[in-house]
Amino acid sequence: MESMIHQAERRKRSRGILVIAIFIVLIIAAFVVSMNTGFIRLSPLEVIRTLFGQGTAQQHLILFEFRLPRIVISILIGAGLAVSGCVMQGLSRNALADPGILGVNAGAGLMVMLYVSFFSSTVSGSVFLLPVLALIGAGATAVLIYVLSYKKGEGLIPTRMLLVGIGVAAGISAAMIVLTLRLNPEEYQFVASWLAGRIWGTSWKFVVALLPWLILFLPFVFYKAKVMNVLNMGDQTATGLGTAIERERLLLLAAAVGLAGACVAVSGGIGFVGLIGPHLGRRLVGPKHQILLPVSALAGALLVLVADTLGRWILQPTDIPTGVVVAVIGAPYFLYLLAKTKV
Amino acid sequence: MKPSALPKDPQTVPKVKVRSRPLAASLILIGGIILLALGMALAVAVGAKDIALPDVWKAVFHFNPELTEHQIIRELRMPRVIGAAVVGAAFAVAGAIMQGMTRNPLADTGLLGLNAGASFALALCFAFAPGLSFLGLMLYSFIGAGAGVGIVYGIGSRSKGGLTPIRLVLAGAAVSALFTALSEGVALYFKIGQDLAFWYAGGVAGTQWVQIQIILPVVVIALLGSIALSRSITLLSLGDDIATGLGQRTGLVRLLGVLIVLVLAGTAVSVVGSVGFVGLIIPHLTRKLVGVDYRWIIPCSAVLGSLLIVFADLAARMINPPQETPIGALVALIGVPFFLYLAVKERRSL
Repeated sequence: MESMIHQAERRKRSRGILVIAIFIVLIIAAFVVSMNTGFIRLSPLEVIRTLFGQGTAQQHLILFEFRLPRIVISILIGAGLAVSGCVMQGLSRNALADPGILGVNAGAGLMVMLYVSFFSSTVSGSVFLLPVLALIGAGATAVLIYVLSYKKGEGLIPTRMLLVGIGVAAGISAAMIVLTLRLNPEEYQFVASWLAGRIWGTSWKFVVALLPWLILFLPFVFYKAKVMNVLNMGDQTATGLGTAIERERLLLLAAAVGLAGACVAVSGGIGFVGLIGPHLGRRLVGPKHQILLPVSALAGALLVLVADTLGRWILQPTDIPTGVVVAVIGAPYFLYLLAKTKV
Repeated sequence: MKPSALPKDPQTVPKVKVRSRPLAASLILIGGIILLALGMALAVAVGAKDIALPDVWKAVFHFNPELTEHQIIRELRMPRVIGAAVVGAAFAVAGAIMQGMTRNPLADTGLLGLNAGASFALALCFAFAPGLSFLGLMLYSFIGAGAGVGIVYGIGSRSKGGLTPIRLVLAGAAVSALFTALSEGVALYFKIGQDLAFWYAGGVAGTQWVQIQIILPVVVIALLGSIALSRSITLLSLGDDIATGLGQRTGLVRLLGVLIVLVLAGTAVSVVGSVGFVGLIIPHLTRKLVGVDYRWIIPCSAVLGSLLIVFADLAARMINPPQETPIGALVALIGVPFFLYLAVKERRSL
């Protein structure tokens, strides 16, 4: 009997490792294709040769200064947003939670917009301030949503949270439009493309600005995977097992909001990644967070990378904002989930 | 709908008495129309070039084509202000009918995907039939609105929990996100972003007499139709059982109601673009003021909706002249707190 459980456990684990391996292979494949896609085409061979330092100066410039940072950012924000969504879904026990749908992304975007419009659109030296500001914006929005969807005696009401989130996101987007027109007509363009989800931080310094936050939050969330499993069993069981529910929940929520804020600071308002990544993950490897979190991260990274590549490829030489491509994939999926789940 | 409007005992159904305040409603109608007239006169007078009210009067009733001021009023400001009034009434009444028929306190053409559907249809028209007449645009706009609301209700009714207000709002948000993304893709592909930007944000700035000549009769007929239907909508708002018990043909009423909503929303979007929340705020406000009888709610909503958009358009021009603030964003700034208030307050079935 015991050995059977062990066997099942081991099979699950090897299945998880297999899924992770497949995702990594797919990401590498998408990476090569993405390197290849754009205004100037490079053959896979040229890409590989340039990567190993054998290309011409022009190829070197295109790959290392334009495409590579953008690809790295796509992968990073995909992973960050997916993990953020996974935590939010787990904590609220609400299958439809996502930092975009809940309005956290919009809060971060508002701060980014204010920063960019006050300190000129060149954003030279202080890119590193951006994630911090976005974090503040995301945090403030999260607090607002939490307060509005909290009810004494009943705690956080998941359905109300979604409703409040949609409202807050709509309000912040409207505020962004009104504010930018007031500030500077040129900034309108920035806000419009931010709202559409265009990845705008496409150089290495944005990667460097984003990375510390991911290095801080991602391992923390992975480390708390067991706690999330326990929290998923319900408050009473979790307390019975000796978990300090409120404290753990607050910490995890802060990490999720931080991840979303930092990611959105360098990308545009990309929604649905936090929805699709974890759902795909859950379907493939089940609800155990130790394996679900990394799989979600990889699924999110793959999704954003593919969406970004498609956006560059479909209408060459025009760029379709990544968020638009993600929404075309993500919105029907959201509707499908909505039809399936009891809200 | 407030649950208090429901008769407590089913036996008393035949003599349905709904809470209504005809006096308040008449006051709102009369006062609202006077205020609307004043507001429209003011909106015509104020702008990049201020024009004195007596001149406005002269331009309207003793038009002299030699004067630039008269030209501005006749060709730019008047169609715009009339357009604003018509669109406001259309959005508000569409919202009122939807809220009454579906007993959904969060029904609004923007929230339930009608506006996004209509905008997407317009994007397709600009891409594939650039020379289409305004009448044609309007027709496709209806179809788009119908597609939007069809998907939203389709998803809602196919799902396990049934048609709850929150499910509809969530489906509406997702459908809107999808249609907006698709419109953006179309705009980029056909390089018509410039033409469409105006519709995304919402604005009555470009309204022309040709459009007014078409939308005014359409909206007036739809409004008359909705007033004719208002008694039945009141009964539907009390619940299907009661309405059927009183001999209502609920299916027919619903069909007519949906048609009117599509016409109103489609027309409004084809003029002003996607402006949400009007159909949410105004009917709620009206219901608070005049009670739950839709014979009063519908005309009062029309007047108050016109007022809201006329003044919102005025504000849109005043905030940052000569720039125009998108009217959709302005209305959303008022609408969102109201939406949040409803979302937090409503306990029933949300």
